[in-house]
Amino acid sequence: MMQFMLLFSRQGKLRLQKWYVPLSDKEKKKITRELVQTVLARKPKMCSFLEWRDLKIVYKRYASLYFCCAIEDQDNELITLEIIHRYVELLDKYFGSVCELDIIFNFEKAYFILDEFLLGGEVQETSKKNVLKAIEQADLLQEPRHEYFNVPVY
Amino acid sequence: MPAVSKGDGMRGLAVFISDIRNCKSKEAEIKRINKELANIRSKFKGDKALDGYSKKKYVCKLLFIFLLGHDIDFGHMEAVNLLSSNKYTEKQIGYLFISVLVNSTSELIRLINNGVKNDLTSRNPTFMCLALHCIANVGSREMGEAFAADIPRILVAGDSMDSVKQSAALCLLRLYKASPDLVPMGEWTARVVHLLNDQHMGVVTAAVSLITCLCKKNPEDFKTCVSLAVSRLSRIVSSASTDLQDYTYYFVPAPWLSVKLLRLLQCYAPPEDAAVKGRLVECLETVLNKAQEPPKSKKVQHSNAKNAVLFETISLIIHYDSEPNLLVRACNQLGQFLQHRETNLRYLALESMCTLASSEFSHEAVKTHIDTVINALKTERDVSVRQRAADLLYAMCDRSNAKQIVSEMLRYLETADYAIREEIVLKVAILAEKYAVDYSWYVDTILNLIRIAGDYVSEEVWYRVLQIVTNRDDVQGYAAKTVFEALQAPACHENMVKVGGYILGEFGNLIAGDPRSSPPVQFSLLHSKFHLCSVATRALLLSTYIKFINLFPETKATIQAVLRAGSQLRNADVELQQRAVEYLTLSSIASTDVLATVLEEMPPFPERESSILAKLKRKKGPGAASTLDDGRREPGPGGDVNGGVEPAPSTGSTPSPSADLLGLRAAPPPAAPPAPPSAGSLLVDVFSDSPTGGPPSLGPSPEEAFLSPAAEDPGIPIPEADELLHKFVCKNSGVLFENALLQIGVKSEFRQNLGRMYLFYGNKTSVQFQNFCPTVTHPGDLQSQLVVQTKRVPGQVDGGAQVQQVLNIECLRDFLTPPLLTVRFRYGGAPQALTLKLPVTINKFFQPTEMAAQAFFQRWKQLSLPQQEAQKIFQANHPMDSEVTKAKLLGFGSALLDNVDPNPENYVGAGIVQTKALQVGCLLRLEPNAQAQMYRLTLRTSKESVSRHLCELLAEQF
Repeated sequence: MMQFMLLFSRQGKLRLQKWYVPLSDKEKKKITRELVQTVLARKPKMCSFLEWRDLKIVYKRYASLYFCCAIEDQDNELITLEIIHRYVELLDKYFGSVCELDIIFNFEKAYFILDEFLLGGEVQETSKKNVLKAIEQADLLQEPRHEYFNVPVY
Repeated sequence: MPAVSKGDGMRGLAVFISDIRNCKSKEAEIKRINKELANIRSKFKGDKALDGYSKKKYVCKLLFIFLLGHDIDFGHMEAVNLLSSNKYTEKQIGYLFISVLVNSTSELIRLINNGVKNDLTSRNPTFMCLALHCIANVGSREMGEAFAADIPRILVAGDSMDSVKQSAALCLLRLYKASPDLVPMGEWTARVVHLLNDQHMGVVTAAVSLITCLCKKNPEDFKTCVSLAVSRLSRIVSSASTDLQDYTYYFVPAPWLSVKLLRLLQCYAPPEDAAVKGRLVECLETVLNKAQEPPKSKKVQHSNAKNAVLFETISLIIHYDSEPNLLVRACNQLGQFLQHRETNLRYLALESMCTLASSEFSHEAVKTHIDTVINALKTERDVSVRQRAADLLYAMCDRSNAKQIVSEMLRYLETADYAIREEIVLKVAILAEKYAVDYSWYVDTILNLIRIAGDYVSEEVWYRVLQIVTNRDDVQGYAAKTVFEALQAPACHENMVKVGGYILGEFGNLIAGDPRSSPPVQFSLLHSKFHLCSVATRALLLSTYIKFINLFPETKATIQAVLRAGSQLRNADVELQQRAVEYLTLSSIASTDVLATVLEEMPPFPERESSILAKLKRKKGPGAASTLDDGRREPGPGGDVNGGVEPAPSTGSTPSPSADLLGLRAAPPPAAPPAPPSAGSLLVDVFSDSPTGGPPSLGPSPEEAFLSPAAEDPGIPIPEADELLHKFVCKNSGVLFENALLQIGVKSEFRQNLGRMYLFYGNKTSVQFQNFCPTVTHPGDLQSQLVVQTKRVPGQVDGGAQVQQVLNIECLRDFLTPPLLTVRFRYGGAPQALTLKLPVTINKFFQPTEMAAQAFFQRWKQLSLPQQEAQKIFQANHPMDSEVTKAKLLGFGSALLDNVDPNPENYVGAGIVQTKALQVGCLLRLEPNAQAQMYRLTLRTSKESVSRHLCELLAEQF
């Protein structure tokens, strides 16, 4: 089971955090600091996996953003690497060539997409079509207010 | 995509995010955030009711601020309100805020649960999914209590949408992992297994995770899933690369589902049914065959997905460990990966091969890759890959290749990363000992270790070489000669001085015939290092010197002069001073015969397991060194009987399965055990380390049996015991006790009349605690009122280590005094004892009860007999903060009832004390008087003693 997923920039700014195990805020901050440091210190050609405490860290960099997952000892590293990739594909399809800025400004969407894909640290739905269908349906359910008035509301 | 998808038109949010991004400094950012927080706060507090949209926007801003790393202490109520919005995006943001921010703040959870319940029963699949996601994300016990019974129904209902089933399966998994007791097993479990046959691949994908977890807990009940999983897997692996449409990932059919199915099968032994087994073996072969086919795509995703399935297949083959043919094929496949250009694959292949090395069927096949692995150790640029290579070399080592592997590891040690040096040292030491054919090689290897990486050679390692040299007389002369040579190096590591000092003190006579290493030369060589060494080493050298007086009477005068020097006799360190004084006296007054007896050569050490192996296991966790356990172990004698002159080098050993110490096994048992430490001899008194006990798992050792009668006499609780107890009346975790040696932490949970408590004993010193023995006693009548079952803890607690003890508690009937916890151990030879009151008070079995004002007053009146009421008026000891007071009352276990007392300043609560024999309903009222800084507390229960006791306990809290 995945324990958590962190997205952070090359500058070490955390862009998204998803925790599948209950931890205190303090502990979360400590883990984040430690891992961001560890991962950023690694060189490009290095292996995408490392042992950390009693967990395995699987990470991959996409442009300016690092995707970093912690999985348990018996979990499969390669499939986790592809979990990351599938999530990136989902974001990409939804936002249209996604970049870090999309995730900064639409972090809530990034969370919604992640929840459709992974739940409780396990893969829920791997079909790109089905995940995006669920998000699209949700988007269509938005209150029609903006569409009727087409006026930005502050 | 719908045009509205991006940002939902929450322009205010986008503007805020841009502002933050434009901040030039951390200070500017904080300033901007504080401005925004003030704005939001005023909007939330304002008179004007906010519309849903604004609420959503502000909650979203708060969330953003939180995700930036700032604390958010308001807005929760607004988020909860959003849950009941009928607009989807508002609801969605409300849920998101809760998922990210809520920890189980009890009041809030109740409100959230209300919103969740509405959506869960709404029959609108989109809303249901949101609710299920929220439960899975929060996953708290409170949520489990509210929903664990409903979700199985949703999961197996015929009319549930596929997406709802998927969410329900994983939601249930989360709840089951968090609190298995809350998920009722029942008719649904059989139907869950059949979800493996579901037409919707997504449903199967989600369900397999749940089923795997259930199988681990109840393998027998779910056995039918094996054949279903095999047939599902078979259909996937044999399908063409496009059959599964959107579930095909870069030409690999359903890789996630395949991996999950293979994981599920690893919960079981190979299928017994021949047909099922045949089909499964076919699947595994297909996967291995496909690995040899040319790739269908050059993309790394294709290769990763394909290999993910392959590695999981290999894991299953290793798990079965029964198909030699498949094991060897797996090994060959991994062998190809060892030289793959992808670092990831090399890493995984090394890791996976480690487990293959432990199978008798594939051990030889793994060994054929030794050169590749050694090369990896030398050339890999990534330390984590090198670490894997070192692990694999260790795992594949046997008598045939030990010399090669040990010498390669020694060479690697010279340049190894600091992070892994200690581990490599331990591995080399273990391999050298285990596979030593001649002991001169072993001694050379360990001395090399000290030379190359002296700082990383732990005590266990050099203790061990002393034990082995002491026990084998064929290597003693060689050892003496080698250490003598090693000590001649101008700069040698202090560990070398320790080993050299000890060995020359015992066996220096074996090389004394050579004029180059005559007794005076040996002595002056050792003494030339003396002044640069630490106290511990100097103490050891003093012992060597007194042994020299016995071995070489001609050195007596020189050595006595050294002992007599002011720097020894008046040394500030008490240990050194005492040794100098006593050795000097001993050498002056004892006759040669007495000296010869007291300072006789050490007897052989009793056979025991290698403390090095134990250390490696501690470092790597259980099972890490298992590949070296070959089952040929013998239980060593219960205790360390070396009460001799030298500091006993083995007290640090922790009992665990033994590494096979060649030859030693066959060595005769020590002829005559030396005098026990308490024999009263001068030297023994000084140096006895009072080593202790046998392995905790092998029943009580003599020491423990000796202690157990004492357990009936728990001693008097320490003076602070009451104060410490009161700290835990309203909370369940924290530090129960702490002094300079020991810290005791506690964490407990109670449900109805049952409780579970975890005690954490931390050794704050750097010295091992021995005979460590915590016991729980029930003074007086408590025996018939409360049952506390304790689990055993290890008899030793290493310096800096923590051990955990689990207590199961059952309340039979109401009780007044808490059980006592007595902790006894020996620290540096001195017995320590400590008695505390265990934080189990009657209110821990309090169940909150909600009731309306009318019901409350009715019951209040019913309990109007004078003896049913207890009242106390007392001075406030803490600031009178209403939030703190509320938290304390809730922590105490009672429900807080609003709108009951006519005076809103007062607190009213209700609850039931649950015991096995009876339940006692309790009502309470707390009236603060801020002006006088006083409280009046009134308790009414159906039992006089309970009223009084609860009143006393609670009154201490304010």
